[in-house]
Amino acid sequence: MTALLAVDLPYWAQSLLRVLGGTVAVLLPAGTIVYLFLFKMMSFMQSRLGPMEAGPYGSMQLFAEVGKWLQKEDIAPERADIRVFRAAPLVVLMSTFLLVAVVPFGPDAYFTDFEAGVFYMLAVSSISTLGILMAGWSSANKYSLLGGLRAAGQLIAYELPMVLAVIGVVIQAGSMNLQTIVIKQNSDSIFGWDGLGYPYILTQFVAFLVFMIAVQAELTQTPFDMPIAESELVSGYMTEYSGFRFLIFFIAEFATAGVFAFIASVLFLGGWGVPFAWFGWDDINSVDNWMNFGGPLIMFTKMMVLTGIIMWVRFSYPRFREDQLQRFAWKVLIPVSLVNIMITAIFKVAF
Amino acid sequence: MLLASDIEVAQNIGFYLIAAVMVLGAINVVRSSNVVHAALSLVAVMGGAAAQYLLLSAEFVAVTQVLVYIGAVMVLFLFGVMLTRAKLGKDIDLNNKGGAAIGAPVALLLFGVMAYVLIKGFEDDRIVTSGDEAIGSTATLSDKIFSLYALPFWALSFVLLAAVIGAIVLARKD
Repeated sequence: MTALLAVDLPYWAQSLLRVLGGTVAVLLPAGTIVYLFLFKMMSFMQSRLGPMEAGPYGSMQLFAEVGKWLQKEDIAPERADIRVFRAAPLVVLMSTFLLVAVVPFGPDAYFTDFEAGVFYMLAVSSISTLGILMAGWSSANKYSLLGGLRAAGQLIAYELPMVLAVIGVVIQAGSMNLQTIVIKQNSDSIFGWDGLGYPYILTQFVAFLVFMIAVQAELTQTPFDMPIAESELVSGYMTEYSGFRFLIFFIAEFATAGVFAFIASVLFLGGWGVPFAWFGWDDINSVDNWMNFGGPLIMFTKMMVLTGIIMWVRFSYPRFREDQLQRFAWKVLIPVSLVNIMITAIFKVAF
Repeated sequence: MLLASDIEVAQNIGFYLIAAVMVLGAINVVRSSNVVHAALSLVAVMGGAAAQYLLLSAEFVAVTQVLVYIGAVMVLFLFGVMLTRAKLGKDIDLNNKGGAAIGAPVALLLFGVMAYVLIKGFEDDRIVTSGDEAIGSTATLSDKIFSLYALPFWALSFVLLAAVIGAIVLARKD
């Protein structure tokens, strides 16, 4: 974002643009996912209409909900550890904002061009575990504590397959920089044919599957929603939260879904780019400036497709059992992704 | 020779702010009368260390610090503490009586030794924080690890492997 529209912005304007862009990149996907998938698609799958009263087709329902949450009283249990209790949702939301900072949305439209972007992404996504543990413990409630512990166990277990799945892409791209990964996918060709670029989903389909399953578990969406299992644990670590602190948890959940979908589309689907051959671009420097506006739209489309799949799975499957969940991560996903790394490395060296 | 023009003001302000947070956090780790509060203060210290690495433009080390210490070690720490003893509120037995009398000299001694070693070892050396020579960049780091330091790296990975096997042996029921 240093030279957007070929205009050199002063530092304060860049910072303002970054803050605004970050807020939009977190809140817009969250709002769209909640309305389109959580309200409308779920209702459709359950043969009902969903919210219809507020605005045309209930499209203003989201504002009604946010207004409702904001005016609720901010309650903490009497014996809760108030400071930790209040900080917990913010830690979870902070992890989401840190995540979005590394996603490239266009040739110049990125927040930071982090050299070890993939690694950074994996690191900051693990911070949310801390917030969930804090919430579970500080609520002074057995159900919350159980939910928090379940969440921590689950997030640790599924972080590993996620890391290992991403390594396949890193080996193939030869870089941990997300921007470089996007450019590689769009400028490479498949056996000399460059009409499609070279999205890594073609060669790394196994890694893509493992990554999406791990994302599903990291977001604690059904079938991996044991931490908030409403029939066993009331609402897990969120039980004692109300008002805007619950809202923060809620936003963080769906915003993180959006951000992970952004990252998955960067790693596997070619990110913001179109195949460079379409417009005769050679490298990043010859990409036209309009991609700074087209890129975010392309990213948004891919993000909606991926979150659509995440939500589709969420509404379709029943919950795993706790031991099945752990076994699935350690005995299926991790070996599969290790084999994937091996095969990718062999091919990388051979060709 | 350190010149006034060499001093980067913003970096220094950042350093001292983060250092203050780290020192306060570290004191809270040993003074707190609640295990979980102590652990959370330790998280602040670890996060501060990561931020200091970033200031030195050692981004790979900084991210590793976050991934390993905050994301894994501290989470496991908290996990273990919460599974076993994690009272809300104050825990009177937590701090040893007269801990400061023994702790303070040890801390001072440690500080003295480390400060002496650091100053003696590096003297006027300056860290290159930008350009191709920057030691913190991921590419330089990996080049170093897999060429100059390949042997220690292997040795370390054997130690880790032994630890993993040991954990499995301990955890198995049969």
